[in-house]
Amino acid sequence: MKNHKTITEHLFDTALYLFLTCIFLVTFYPFWNILIISLNDATDSLRGNLYFWPREFTFASYVTIFRNPEIWSALQVTALRTVIGTAVSIVCISMLAYTLSKRYLLGWKYFSFFFVFTMYFGGGLIPTYMVIKALGLIDSFWVFIFPGLIGVFLMILVRTFIEQLPGEIEESAKIDGANDLQIFVRIVLPLCVPVLATIGLFLAIGHWNAWYDSYIYTYKPELKTLQAVLVKILNQFQTGAMMTDAQQLAQNAKRIPVSSESIRMAVTMVATLPIIMVYPFVQKYFVKGIMMGAIKS
Amino acid sequence: MQTDLNLHKGTELKIPRRKIWPIFKQQKYLFLLMLPALIWAILFAYTPMAGLYMSFVNYQPTLGKFWYSLFHSEFVGLQWFQYFFNNGDFLIIMRNTLASTMITLLFSFPMPILIALAINEIKNVQFKKIVQTSSYLPYFISWVIAANIIVTLLSSDGAVNALLKFFHITNESILFLQNGKYFWWIVALGNTWKDMGYSSIMYLAAISSINPELYEAAKVDGANRFKQIRFITLPHLKPTIVILLILAMGGILNAGFDQHFLLGNDLTKDYSDVLSTYSFRYGIQNGMFSYAAAVGMFSSVVAFIIVVIVNNIAKKINGQSLF
Repeated sequence: MKNHKTITEHLFDTALYLFLTCIFLVTFYPFWNILIISLNDATDSLRGNLYFWPREFTFASYVTIFRNPEIWSALQVTALRTVIGTAVSIVCISMLAYTLSKRYLLGWKYFSFFFVFTMYFGGGLIPTYMVIKALGLIDSFWVFIFPGLIGVFLMILVRTFIEQLPGEIEESAKIDGANDLQIFVRIVLPLCVPVLATIGLFLAIGHWNAWYDSYIYTYKPELKTLQAVLVKILNQFQTGAMMTDAQQLAQNAKRIPVSSESIRMAVTMVATLPIIMVYPFVQKYFVKGIMMGAIKS
Repeated sequence: MQTDLNLHKGTELKIPRRKIWPIFKQQKYLFLLMLPALIWAILFAYTPMAGLYMSFVNYQPTLGKFWYSLFHSEFVGLQWFQYFFNNGDFLIIMRNTLASTMITLLFSFPMPILIALAINEIKNVQFKKIVQTSSYLPYFISWVIAANIIVTLLSSDGAVNALLKFFHITNESILFLQNGKYFWWIVALGNTWKDMGYSSIMYLAAISSINPELYEAAKVDGANRFKQIRFITLPHLKPTIVILLILAMGGILNAGFDQHFLLGNDLTKDYSDVLSTYSFRYGIQNGMFSYAAAVGMFSSVVAFIIVVIVNNIAKKINGQSLF
């Protein structure tokens, strides 16, 4: 009976593999497609029909964009905001999480509500813009760091983690005369490294992917992040798609063809690559993170 | 959410007023650690909420600094809200918002369940890993990248048109992004593409907590795998499915800004304009700040009410809510 699969079982298996192969293709192929277009000669790409393999293989598009000062500066800004923003946020989030893990804190209930409420209600686009403008953060690097400083959901992950730590270590430190600050820095923080790595990945990916803040809060070209530049290129391309061929040709003759798919795809690849590179770690930690979020309740 | 909003009722001891100061002094370092976050919440969460007052005045940015102009602009009551409800845009915007989120739900809700069920049935670990790794990836890229990819795939000589031509579904290239009637479906499929793999993790976790003995017993009784799914896996997933569906309903007004802003263009505006992009266009681009703030306030207040209702329903059904 065991070695003898029925026909329905076989059909069932085939359907499963077929379905999941489709899922694989649908999620993987788009990345493959942009990779091969980016590796194809930019002028040749205008002919289209690039589906499986580059027709005229070249790294020229990558050379072009890395020679472009705009992309170069965007990469620097993005890297800088990712590093600084992630570091500052981890510190502030873990500090808040430690305080809120102490249920005996004066007014604990009110403070918790104060933070959790911000997850569900906000001032919205326009008032936020006005406040950021009033604070003088327009065209400042710090607009990338401060408005998104605290992620309340991430804070809850860290708080849950701290609450699950054995309380005895903290107790004995307290008896030895350590104050909350010392306990936090010397005992709790080192124990929190796994959860801080998890939220660090969340934060870093968020910073790398952020485009909106750079797009609307900064005007200086030297403060544009990679994703904001990519939005600009996308907009140019979308407008280009509405022009006639003649208009496009006239435009392309004048400057580097950003409407050329290869260039656009090369920038897209450069923006995607870091994500793919940290992805193996991310996958492990994110799965853990989502489980923690689910288990918490 | 609910667990956090009225957390541990009763654990709080009533503290006599005269003891508050000594306790505060004792906990001064804890408060010090909370200080940066408190300043953040006040500046970037609660001050914008106060800024919602803009919706009730005729805000004139020319009067001076933001707060000065805000409180010296003419108070107009609910005029902006009335203007929004009474002009023709309201119906179009609501239609687009609801159509986009509902069609998204149509695909993005069942797909993760199907993926989780299928992955759970696969014995080949290598294959499982490849599919999972690939299906989670779109979740981690930004919508900017996703929009760039979608635009490429859907272009007149892109892969999707090539596929359609190959199967003779169409002979002429379809201009997907230049035609409004495709827009909601593109956003819905884009959302599904981005999130389906990642959302399946939740269901896989629920499946992994099912007692394996149940399957053993079912096998002994002669149930095939299809029957096992139907009579063991699915019934066990039901609570998760119900809760996630209800919570998804909570986001019904929240048609993401990114996808509509990045994929929409002037040709598809009548279909791609949702609450958030409409507010953005009037506020940031056209400078009608008060009107845009009113639209934004309408959507966040209604969304908040829906979330609270939905959470209470989820709580009643499940005994507790997810977040």
